[in-house]
Amino acid sequence: MPSTYNTSDFRKGLKIQIDGVPYLMVEMNFRKPGKGTALYECKLKNLLRNTVVDRTYRAGQTLEAADVTEFTAQYLYRQADGYVFMNNSDYEQYELSEEQVGEYARFLKEGLDCQLMTFNNQPIAVTPPNHVILQVEYAEPAAKGNTATNVQKPVQLETGAEILAPAFINTGDWLRVDTRTGEYIERTTAPDSE
Amino acid sequence: MSESILGRRAELLASIRRFFTSRSFTEVSTPKVDKEIIPEAHIDPFEVPGLGYLQASPEMHMKRLLCAGSGPIFEIAKCFRKGERGKLHRPEFTMIEWYRPSDDMQKGMALLEEFMHVVAGWPAAKRTSYAEAFDRAIGVDPFDTATPRSHDWLNLQLAEKVESTLGIDTPEILYHYPANQAALATTTTDARGTPVAERFELYYRGIELANGYHELADPVELRQRLEVANHQRVADNRPALPLPEKLLAAMEDPRLPPCTGVALGIDRLMMLAVGAETIDQVADGI
Repeated sequence: MPSTYNTSDFRKGLKIQIDGVPYLMVEMNFRKPGKGTALYECKLKNLLRNTVVDRTYRAGQTLEAADVTEFTAQYLYRQADGYVFMNNSDYEQYELSEEQVGEYARFLKEGLDCQLMTFNNQPIAVTPPNHVILQVEYAEPAAKGNTATNVQKPVQLETGAEILAPAFINTGDWLRVDTRTGEYIERTTAPDSE
Repeated sequence: MSESILGRRAELLASIRRFFTSRSFTEVSTPKVDKEIIPEAHIDPFEVPGLGYLQASPEMHMKRLLCAGSGPIFEIAKCFRKGERGKLHRPEFTMIEWYRPSDDMQKGMALLEEFMHVVAGWPAAKRTSYAEAFDRAIGVDPFDTATPRSHDWLNLQLAEKVESTLGIDTPEILYHYPANQAALATTTTDARGTPVAERFELYYRGIELANGYHELADPVELRQRLEVANHQRVADNRPALPLPEKLLAAMEDPRLPPCTGVALGIDRLMMLAVGAETIDQVADGI
Protein backbone atom coordinates (compact mmCIF):
# COMPACT_ATOMS: atom_id res chain seq x y z
CA MET A 1 0.00 0.00 0.00
CA PRO A 2 1.44 3.42 -0.91
CA SER A 3 1.62 5.91 1.96
CA THR A 4 -0.16 8.65 0.00
CA TYR A 5 -2.58 8.84 -2.91
CA ASN A 6 -2.40 11.47 -5.62
CA THR A 7 -5.63 12.86 -7.13
CA SER A 8 -5.00 10.66 -10.19
CA ASP A 9 -5.30 7.61 -7.87
CA PHE A 10 -8.64 8.78 -6.46
CA ARG A 11 -11.45 6.30 -6.99
CA LYS A 12 -14.47 4.88 -5.23
CA GLY A 13 -13.44 2.47 -2.47
CA LEU A 14 -10.12 4.16 -1.58
CA LYS A 15 -9.31 4.18 2.14
CA ILE A 16 -7.60 7.33 3.32
CA GLN A 17 -7.03 9.23 6.56
CA ILE A 18 -7.41 12.86 7.51
CA ASP A 19 -6.11 14.04 10.89
CA GLY A 20 -5.80 10.43 12.03
CA VAL A 21 -9.40 9.53 11.17
CA PRO A 22 -9.98 6.81 8.56
CA TYR A 23 -12.34 7.55 5.67
CA LEU A 24 -13.71 5.54 2.79
CA MET A 25 -14.11 7.32 -0.55
CA VAL A 26 -17.72 6.43 -1.37
CA GLU A 27 -18.08 8.71 -4.40
CA MET A 28 -15.64 10.52 -6.66
CA ASN A 29 -16.58 12.84 -9.46
CA PHE A 30 -14.00 14.34 -11.80
CA ARG A 31 -14.79 17.87 -12.99
CA LYS A 32 -12.87 20.22 -15.17
CA PRO A 33 -14.45 23.59 -15.68
CA GLY A 34 -13.41 25.54 -18.76
CA LYS A 35 -9.69 25.66 -19.16
CA GLY A 36 -9.05 25.34 -15.44
CA THR A 37 -7.51 22.84 -13.04
CA ALA A 38 -9.20 19.48 -12.72
CA LEU A 39 -11.30 19.13 -9.56
CA TYR A 40 -12.01 15.89 -7.74
CA GLU A 41 -15.29 16.09 -5.83
CA CYS A 42 -15.36 13.37 -3.20
CA LYS A 43 -17.82 12.03 -0.69
CA LEU A 44 -15.85 10.61 2.22
CA LYS A 45 -17.36 8.32 4.84
CA ASN A 46 -15.89 8.63 8.30
CA LEU A 47 -15.30 4.99 9.24
CA LEU A 48 -15.45 5.73 12.96
CA ARG A 49 -18.71 7.68 12.96
CA ASN A 50 -20.37 6.60 9.70
CA THR A 51 -20.97 10.21 8.71
CA VAL A 52 -20.34 11.43 5.16
CA VAL A 53 -18.53 14.66 4.29
CA ASP A 54 -18.02 16.42 0.93
CA ARG A 55 -14.49 17.44 0.00
CA THR A 56 -13.13 18.92 -3.22
CA TYR A 57 -9.48 18.44 -4.16
CA ARG A 58 -7.49 20.04 -6.97
CA ALA A 59 -5.32 18.04 -9.36
CA GLY A 60 -1.97 17.28 -7.72
CA GLN A 61 -3.16 17.27 -4.11
CA THR A 62 -2.54 14.15 -2.04
CA LEU A 63 -4.26 12.25 0.75
CA GLU A 64 -2.65 9.96 3.28
CA ALA A 65 -3.48 6.27 2.85
CA ALA A 66 -5.17 4.50 5.78
CA ASP A 67 -4.20 1.02 6.89
CA VAL A 68 -7.75 -0.27 6.93
CA THR A 69 -8.32 -3.99 6.44
CA GLU A 70 -11.40 -6.17 6.39
CA PHE A 71 -11.53 -9.88 7.10
CA THR A 72 -13.95 -12.59 8.15
CA ALA A 73 -14.18 -13.00 11.91
CA GLN A 74 -16.36 -15.29 13.98
CA TYR A 75 -18.42 -13.91 16.84
CA LEU A 76 -17.26 -15.71 20.00
CA TYR A 77 -19.01 -14.31 23.03
CA ARG A 78 -20.26 -11.29 24.86
CA GLN A 79 -18.38 -9.96 27.83
CA ALA A 80 -19.13 -7.20 30.29
CA ASP A 81 -18.29 -4.19 28.15
CA GLY A 82 -18.15 -5.57 24.65
CA TYR A 83 -18.22 -8.30 22.05
CA VAL A 84 -15.36 -10.65 21.21
CA PHE A 85 -14.59 -11.78 17.65
CA MET A 86 -11.86 -14.01 16.23
CA ASN A 87 -10.10 -13.65 12.89
CA ASN A 88 -10.87 -16.89 11.07
CA SER A 89 -7.45 -17.09 9.41
CA ASP A 90 -5.00 -16.27 12.21
CA TYR A 91 -7.26 -16.80 15.28
CA GLU A 92 -6.38 -13.37 16.64
CA GLN A 93 -9.13 -12.01 18.89
CA TYR A 94 -10.65 -8.54 18.81
CA GLU A 95 -13.01 -6.86 21.21
CA LEU A 96 -15.54 -4.33 19.99
CA SER A 97 -17.54 -1.96 22.18
CA GLU A 98 -21.34 -1.82 22.30
CA GLU A 99 -21.17 1.46 20.40
CA GLN A 100 -19.05 -0.09 17.62
CA VAL A 101 -21.37 -3.07 17.20
CA GLY A 102 -24.49 -0.93 17.50
CA GLU A 103 -27.84 -2.23 16.21
CA TYR A 104 -26.28 -5.41 14.86
CA ALA A 105 -25.74 -6.75 18.41
CA ARG A 106 -29.27 -8.15 18.55
CA PHE A 107 -28.56 -10.56 15.66
CA LEU A 108 -25.18 -11.87 16.91
CA LYS A 109 -25.14 -15.57 17.60
CA GLU A 110 -22.05 -17.45 18.70
CA GLY A 111 -20.16 -18.78 15.70
CA LEU A 112 -21.63 -16.26 13.23
CA ASP A 113 -19.14 -15.22 10.52
CA CYS A 114 -19.01 -11.41 10.26
CA GLN A 115 -16.85 -8.89 8.39
CA LEU A 116 -14.54 -7.09 10.78
CA MET A 117 -12.79 -3.84 9.88
CA THR A 118 -9.59 -2.67 11.54
CA PHE A 119 -7.66 0.60 11.35
CA ASN A 120 -3.97 0.26 12.32
CA ASN A 121 -4.95 -3.20 13.59
CA GLN A 122 -7.53 -1.75 16.02
CA PRO A 123 -11.10 -2.97 15.39
CA ILE A 124 -13.42 -0.15 14.30
CA ALA A 125 -16.53 -1.83 12.87
CA VAL A 126 -18.25 -5.14 12.32
CA THR A 127 -20.88 -6.13 9.75
CA PRO A 128 -22.87 -9.36 10.01
CA PRO A 129 -24.09 -11.15 6.86
CA ASN A 130 -27.10 -9.46 5.27
CA HIS A 131 -29.21 -12.51 6.10
CA VAL A 132 -29.03 -14.69 9.21
CA ILE A 133 -31.07 -17.71 10.28
CA LEU A 134 -32.29 -17.58 13.88
CA GLN A 135 -34.68 -19.66 15.95
CA VAL A 136 -37.82 -18.20 17.50
CA GLU A 137 -37.48 -18.26 21.28
CA TYR A 138 -41.04 -17.18 21.87
CA ALA A 139 -44.11 -16.38 19.77
CA GLU A 140 -47.68 -15.90 20.90
CA PRO A 141 -49.71 -18.84 19.61
CA ALA A 142 -51.44 -17.94 16.32
CA ALA A 143 -55.07 -16.89 16.74
CA LYS A 144 -57.34 -19.67 15.47
CA GLY A 145 -58.53 -19.24 11.91
CA ASN A 146 -56.28 -16.27 11.30
CA THR A 147 -54.32 -17.39 8.24
CA ALA A 148 -53.85 -13.97 6.69
CA THR A 149 -50.17 -13.51 5.90
CA ASN A 150 -50.25 -9.74 6.13
CA VAL A 151 -51.05 -9.76 9.84
CA GLN A 152 -47.85 -9.41 11.83
CA LYS A 153 -46.98 -9.99 15.47
CA PRO A 154 -43.84 -9.46 17.55
CA VAL A 155 -41.70 -12.58 18.09
CA GLN A 156 -38.58 -13.02 20.18
CA LEU A 157 -35.48 -14.61 18.61
CA GLU A 158 -32.81 -16.72 20.32
CA THR A 159 -30.41 -13.76 20.35
CA GLY A 160 -32.94 -11.66 22.26
CA ALA A 161 -33.96 -9.57 19.21
CA GLU A 162 -37.65 -8.82 18.87
CA ILE A 163 -38.91 -8.58 15.29
CA LEU A 164 -42.25 -8.57 13.50
CA ALA A 165 -43.22 -11.87 11.85
CA PRO A 166 -46.40 -13.25 10.25
CA ALA A 167 -49.14 -14.53 12.54
CA PHE A 168 -48.50 -18.21 11.60
CA ILE A 169 -44.96 -18.27 13.14
CA ASN A 170 -44.56 -20.46 16.22
CA THR A 171 -42.03 -20.86 19.01
CA GLY A 172 -39.20 -23.08 17.75
CA ASP A 173 -39.51 -22.04 14.06
CA TRP A 174 -36.40 -20.97 12.15
CA LEU A 175 -36.55 -17.58 10.44
CA ARG A 176 -34.40 -15.88 7.84
CA VAL A 177 -33.92 -12.25 8.92
CA ASP A 178 -32.41 -9.22 7.19
CA THR A 179 -29.83 -7.75 9.58
CA ARG A 180 -29.80 -4.36 7.79
CA THR A 181 -33.50 -3.68 8.31
CA GLY A 182 -34.36 -6.14 11.08
CA GLU A 183 -37.15 -7.50 8.88
CA TYR A 184 -38.51 -11.05 8.65
CA ILE A 185 -37.83 -12.58 5.23
CA GLU A 186 -39.15 -16.15 5.40
CA ARG A 187 -39.63 -19.26 7.53
CA THR A 188 -36.91 -21.80 6.82
CA THR A 189 -35.31 -24.98 8.11
CA ALA A 190 -32.63 -25.23 10.76
CA PRO A 191 -29.15 -24.40 9.41
CA ASP A 192 -26.93 -27.47 8.71
CA SER A 193 -24.66 -26.83 11.65
CA GLU A 194 -27.50 -27.21 14.12
CA MET B 1 -32.32 2.83 -25.83
CA SER B 2 -29.26 1.66 -27.77
CA GLU B 3 -30.99 1.88 -31.12
CA SER B 4 -32.25 5.36 -30.37
CA ILE B 5 -28.79 6.54 -29.30
CA LEU B 6 -27.19 5.11 -32.42
CA GLY B 7 -29.86 6.69 -34.59
CA ARG B 8 -29.78 10.05 -32.81
CA ARG B 9 -26.02 10.23 -33.10
CA ALA B 10 -26.09 9.51 -36.84
CA GLU B 11 -28.86 12.09 -37.32
CA LEU B 12 -26.97 14.67 -35.29
CA LEU B 13 -23.77 14.20 -37.30
CA ALA B 14 -25.71 14.47 -40.56
CA SER B 15 -27.45 17.66 -39.48
CA ILE B 16 -24.14 19.16 -38.30
CA ARG B 17 -22.68 18.50 -41.76
CA ARG B 18 -25.75 20.03 -43.46
CA PHE B 19 -25.54 23.09 -41.23
CA PHE B 20 -21.94 23.86 -42.12
CA THR B 21 -21.83 22.82 -45.77
CA SER B 22 -24.92 24.93 -46.49
CA ARG B 23 -23.00 27.88 -45.03
CA SER B 24 -20.00 27.30 -47.32
CA PHE B 25 -17.77 25.68 -44.70
CA THR B 26 -15.37 22.97 -45.86
CA GLU B 27 -15.21 19.78 -43.85
CA VAL B 28 -11.63 18.85 -42.95
CA SER B 29 -9.97 15.84 -41.37
CA THR B 30 -6.66 16.66 -39.69
CA PRO B 31 -3.95 14.37 -38.27
CA LYS B 32 -4.71 12.91 -34.84
CA VAL B 33 -1.08 12.30 -33.92
CA ASP B 34 1.78 14.75 -34.36
CA LYS B 35 5.19 15.56 -32.90
CA GLU B 36 3.89 19.00 -31.94
CA ILE B 37 0.90 20.03 -29.85
CA ILE B 38 -0.50 23.21 -28.32
CA PRO B 39 0.65 23.10 -24.68
CA GLU B 40 -2.09 23.83 -22.17
CA ALA B 41 -1.52 24.17 -18.43
CA HIS B 42 -4.26 21.74 -17.42
CA ILE B 43 -4.53 19.28 -20.32
CA ASP B 44 -2.29 16.22 -20.50
CA PRO B 45 -1.89 14.61 -23.92
CA PHE B 46 -1.13 10.92 -24.46
CA GLU B 47 2.36 10.39 -25.79
CA VAL B 48 2.75 7.86 -28.59
CA PRO B 49 6.37 6.62 -28.71
CA GLY B 50 8.01 7.55 -32.00
CA LEU B 51 4.97 9.47 -33.25
CA GLY B 52 4.46 12.33 -30.83
CA TYR B 53 1.17 13.15 -29.14
CA LEU B 54 -2.44 12.23 -29.67
CA GLN B 55 -4.05 15.61 -30.34
CA ALA B 56 -6.15 17.01 -27.47
CA SER B 57 -8.10 19.02 -30.06
CA PRO B 58 -7.86 19.66 -33.82
CA GLU B 59 -7.00 23.32 -33.15
CA MET B 60 -3.30 23.30 -34.14
CA HIS B 61 -3.89 21.68 -37.49
CA MET B 62 -7.08 23.59 -38.28
CA LYS B 63 -5.31 26.90 -37.64
CA ARG B 64 -2.52 25.85 -40.01
CA LEU B 65 -5.20 25.27 -42.66
CA LEU B 66 -6.70 28.70 -41.93
CA CYS B 67 -3.26 30.28 -42.36
CA ALA B 68 -2.95 28.45 -45.69
CA GLY B 69 -6.18 30.11 -46.86
CA SER B 70 -8.75 27.37 -46.27
CA GLY B 71 -11.60 29.77 -45.57
CA PRO B 72 -14.35 28.62 -43.15
CA ILE B 73 -13.74 25.03 -41.97
CA PHE B 74 -15.20 22.49 -39.58
CA GLU B 75 -14.10 19.11 -38.29
CA ILE B 76 -15.84 16.36 -36.37
CA ALA B 77 -12.78 15.17 -34.47
CA LYS B 78 -11.87 12.49 -31.98
CA CYS B 79 -9.85 14.11 -29.18
CA PHE B 80 -7.68 12.55 -26.50
CA ARG B 81 -6.91 13.83 -22.99
CA LYS B 82 -5.10 11.78 -20.39
CA GLY B 83 -6.66 11.26 -16.96
CA GLU B 84 -9.99 12.93 -17.74
CA ARG B 85 -12.61 10.52 -16.48
CA GLY B 86 -15.95 11.47 -14.97
CA LYS B 87 -19.65 11.90 -15.60
CA LEU B 88 -18.84 14.47 -18.31
CA HIS B 89 -15.36 13.30 -19.28
CA ARG B 90 -13.78 10.46 -21.16
CA PRO B 91 -10.12 10.29 -22.22
CA GLU B 92 -11.38 9.87 -25.81
CA PHE B 93 -14.30 11.99 -26.91
CA THR B 94 -15.79 13.60 -30.02
CA MET B 95 -15.70 17.30 -30.69
CA ILE B 96 -17.11 19.50 -33.43
CA GLU B 97 -14.78 22.41 -34.00
CA TRP B 98 -15.27 25.24 -36.48
CA TYR B 99 -13.60 28.49 -37.56
CA ARG B 100 -14.96 31.30 -39.69
CA PRO B 101 -12.62 34.04 -40.90
CA SER B 102 -13.60 37.66 -40.27
CA ASP B 103 -16.03 36.81 -37.44
CA ASP B 104 -15.54 38.87 -34.27
CA MET B 105 -16.70 37.53 -30.89
CA GLN B 106 -20.30 38.77 -31.36
CA LYS B 107 -20.60 37.07 -34.74
CA GLY B 108 -19.01 33.96 -33.30
CA MET B 109 -21.57 33.82 -30.47
CA ALA B 110 -24.39 34.42 -32.95
CA LEU B 111 -23.21 31.51 -35.13
CA LEU B 112 -23.01 29.25 -32.09
CA GLU B 113 -26.55 30.20 -31.14
CA GLU B 114 -27.79 29.61 -34.69
CA PHE B 115 -26.03 26.22 -34.69
CA MET B 116 -27.77 25.15 -31.48
CA HIS B 117 -31.11 26.32 -32.80
CA VAL B 118 -30.84 24.51 -36.15
CA VAL B 119 -29.10 21.35 -34.99
CA ALA B 120 -30.72 20.82 -31.58
CA GLY B 121 -33.83 23.01 -31.70
CA TRP B 122 -32.68 25.10 -28.77
CA PRO B 123 -34.25 28.44 -27.82
CA ALA B 124 -32.22 31.65 -28.00
CA ALA B 125 -29.32 31.82 -25.53
CA LYS B 126 -29.02 34.36 -22.76
CA ARG B 127 -25.69 36.20 -22.85
CA THR B 128 -24.08 36.89 -19.52
CA SER B 129 -20.67 38.35 -18.86
CA TYR B 130 -18.31 36.59 -16.48
CA ALA B 131 -18.62 39.54 -14.07
CA GLU B 132 -22.45 39.47 -14.16
CA ALA B 133 -22.51 35.71 -13.53
CA PHE B 134 -20.26 36.03 -10.45
CA ASP B 135 -22.29 38.95 -9.14
CA ARG B 136 -25.57 37.05 -9.64
CA ALA B 137 -24.34 33.79 -8.08
CA ILE B 138 -22.13 34.89 -5.19
CA GLY B 139 -22.26 38.69 -5.11
CA VAL B 140 -18.57 39.01 -5.94
CA ASP B 141 -16.92 41.27 -8.50
CA PRO B 142 -14.21 39.03 -10.00
CA PHE B 143 -12.40 42.08 -11.39
CA ASP B 144 -12.44 44.17 -8.20
CA THR B 145 -8.94 45.66 -8.15
CA ALA B 146 -9.20 46.33 -4.40
CA THR B 147 -9.53 42.57 -3.79
CA PRO B 148 -7.53 40.86 -6.52
CA ARG B 149 -8.63 37.24 -6.94
CA SER B 150 -6.31 34.47 -8.00
CA HIS B 151 -6.98 32.50 -11.13
CA ASP B 152 -7.26 29.38 -8.96
CA TRP B 153 -9.79 30.91 -6.58
CA LEU B 154 -11.98 32.15 -9.43
CA ASN B 155 -11.81 28.76 -11.11
CA LEU B 156 -12.94 27.01 -7.92
CA GLN B 157 -15.82 29.46 -7.39
CA LEU B 158 -16.88 29.05 -10.99
CA ALA B 159 -16.93 25.28 -10.62
CA GLU B 160 -18.51 25.07 -7.18
CA LYS B 161 -20.92 28.02 -7.06
CA VAL B 162 -21.39 29.75 -10.40
CA GLU B 163 -21.71 26.96 -12.97
CA SER B 164 -24.80 25.52 -11.29
CA THR B 165 -26.59 28.84 -11.90
CA LEU B 166 -25.82 28.89 -15.63
CA GLY B 167 -28.18 27.84 -18.41
CA ILE B 168 -31.00 26.75 -16.13
CA ASP B 169 -34.09 27.77 -18.14
CA THR B 170 -32.47 28.69 -21.42
CA PRO B 171 -29.01 28.12 -22.85
CA GLU B 172 -26.57 30.72 -21.57
CA ILE B 173 -23.35 32.03 -23.08
CA LEU B 174 -20.76 33.24 -20.60
CA TYR B 175 -18.33 35.74 -22.16
CA HIS B 176 -15.53 38.20 -21.29
CA TYR B 177 -13.42 35.93 -19.11
CA PRO B 178 -10.58 37.48 -17.08
CA ALA B 179 -7.71 38.46 -19.37
CA ASN B 180 -5.37 35.99 -17.62
CA GLN B 181 -7.76 33.16 -18.58
CA ALA B 182 -7.71 34.15 -22.25
CA ALA B 183 -6.07 30.87 -23.32
CA LEU B 184 -5.87 31.43 -27.11
CA ALA B 185 -8.37 34.31 -27.32
CA THR B 186 -7.69 37.97 -28.04
CA THR B 187 -7.98 40.40 -25.17
CA THR B 188 -9.79 43.71 -25.07
CA THR B 189 -11.34 45.99 -22.45
CA ASP B 190 -15.00 45.86 -21.44
CA ALA B 191 -17.38 48.83 -20.94
CA ARG B 192 -15.85 49.48 -17.49
CA GLY B 193 -12.34 49.49 -18.92
CA THR B 194 -11.43 46.11 -17.38
CA PRO B 195 -9.09 43.95 -19.45
CA VAL B 196 -11.07 40.88 -20.54
CA ALA B 197 -10.64 37.95 -22.89
CA GLU B 198 -12.80 37.60 -26.00
CA ARG B 199 -13.58 34.09 -24.92
CA PHE B 200 -17.01 32.54 -24.40
CA GLU B 201 -18.53 29.31 -23.17
CA LEU B 202 -21.97 27.82 -23.67
CA TYR B 203 -23.88 26.22 -20.78
CA TYR B 204 -27.19 24.44 -20.76
CA ARG B 205 -28.82 22.50 -17.92
CA GLY B 206 -25.68 22.38 -15.85
CA ILE B 207 -23.47 21.15 -18.69
CA GLU B 208 -20.58 23.12 -20.16
CA LEU B 209 -20.92 22.44 -23.84
CA ALA B 210 -18.74 24.71 -25.93
CA ASN B 211 -15.76 27.02 -25.74
CA GLY B 212 -15.14 29.82 -28.23
CA TYR B 213 -12.39 32.31 -28.93
CA HIS B 214 -12.05 35.38 -31.03
CA GLU B 215 -8.70 33.91 -32.00
CA LEU B 216 -5.40 35.42 -31.02
CA ALA B 217 -3.56 35.94 -34.33
CA ASP B 218 -0.30 37.40 -33.02
CA PRO B 219 2.42 34.68 -33.05
CA VAL B 220 4.68 36.56 -30.63
CA GLU B 221 1.93 36.85 -28.02
CA LEU B 222 0.87 33.26 -28.64
CA ARG B 223 4.42 31.97 -28.08
CA GLN B 224 4.55 33.92 -24.82
CA ARG B 225 1.29 32.43 -23.58
CA LEU B 226 2.34 28.90 -24.49
CA GLU B 227 5.60 29.41 -22.59
CA VAL B 228 3.58 30.57 -19.56
CA ALA B 229 1.45 27.42 -19.87
CA ASN B 230 4.61 25.30 -19.96
CA HIS B 231 6.00 27.08 -16.87
CA GLN B 232 2.77 26.31 -15.07
CA ARG B 233 3.04 22.66 -16.14
CA VAL B 234 6.57 22.39 -14.78
CA ALA B 235 5.50 24.07 -11.51
CA ASP B 236 2.72 21.45 -11.25
CA ASN B 237 5.20 18.59 -11.87
CA ARG B 238 3.98 17.93 -15.39
CA PRO B 239 6.33 17.73 -18.36
CA ALA B 240 6.72 20.80 -20.59
CA LEU B 241 5.45 20.15 -24.12
CA PRO B 242 6.98 21.05 -27.49
CA LEU B 243 5.66 24.29 -29.00
CA PRO B 244 3.66 24.18 -32.24
CA GLU B 245 6.51 25.67 -34.31
CA LYS B 246 4.89 24.94 -37.70
CA LEU B 247 1.75 26.81 -36.63
CA LEU B 248 3.75 29.70 -35.12
CA ALA B 249 5.74 29.99 -38.38
CA ALA B 250 2.54 29.98 -40.47
CA MET B 251 1.06 32.70 -38.22
CA GLU B 252 4.16 34.78 -38.96
CA ASP B 253 3.77 34.22 -42.68
CA PRO B 254 1.25 34.02 -44.37
CA ARG B 255 -0.61 34.86 -41.04
CA LEU B 256 -3.77 33.65 -39.38
CA PRO B 257 -6.79 35.55 -40.71
CA PRO B 258 -8.89 37.23 -38.00
CA CYS B 259 -11.52 34.64 -37.08
CA THR B 260 -13.63 33.16 -34.33
CA GLY B 261 -13.52 29.47 -33.52
CA VAL B 262 -15.69 27.23 -31.36
CA ALA B 263 -15.21 23.72 -30.01
CA LEU B 264 -18.31 21.85 -28.87
CA GLY B 265 -18.59 18.42 -27.23
CA ILE B 266 -20.74 16.11 -29.32
CA ASP B 267 -21.07 13.49 -26.58
CA ARG B 268 -22.40 16.12 -24.18
CA LEU B 269 -24.80 17.40 -26.82
CA MET B 270 -26.01 13.79 -27.17
CA MET B 271 -26.41 13.59 -23.38
CA LEU B 272 -28.75 16.58 -23.46
CA ALA B 273 -30.61 15.25 -26.51
CA VAL B 274 -31.45 11.89 -24.90
CA GLY B 275 -31.47 12.97 -21.24
CA ALA B 276 -28.45 10.84 -20.25
CA GLU B 277 -26.85 11.25 -16.83
CA THR B 278 -23.34 10.24 -17.85
CA ILE B 279 -21.20 10.53 -20.96
CA ASP B 280 -20.70 6.75 -20.90
CA GLN B 281 -24.38 6.25 -21.68
CA VAL B 282 -24.00 7.93 -25.07
CA ALA B 283 -20.33 7.67 -26.03
CA ASP B 284 -20.22 4.05 -27.17
CA GLY B 285 -23.40 4.28 -29.22
CA ILE B 286 -24.51 0.91 -27.84
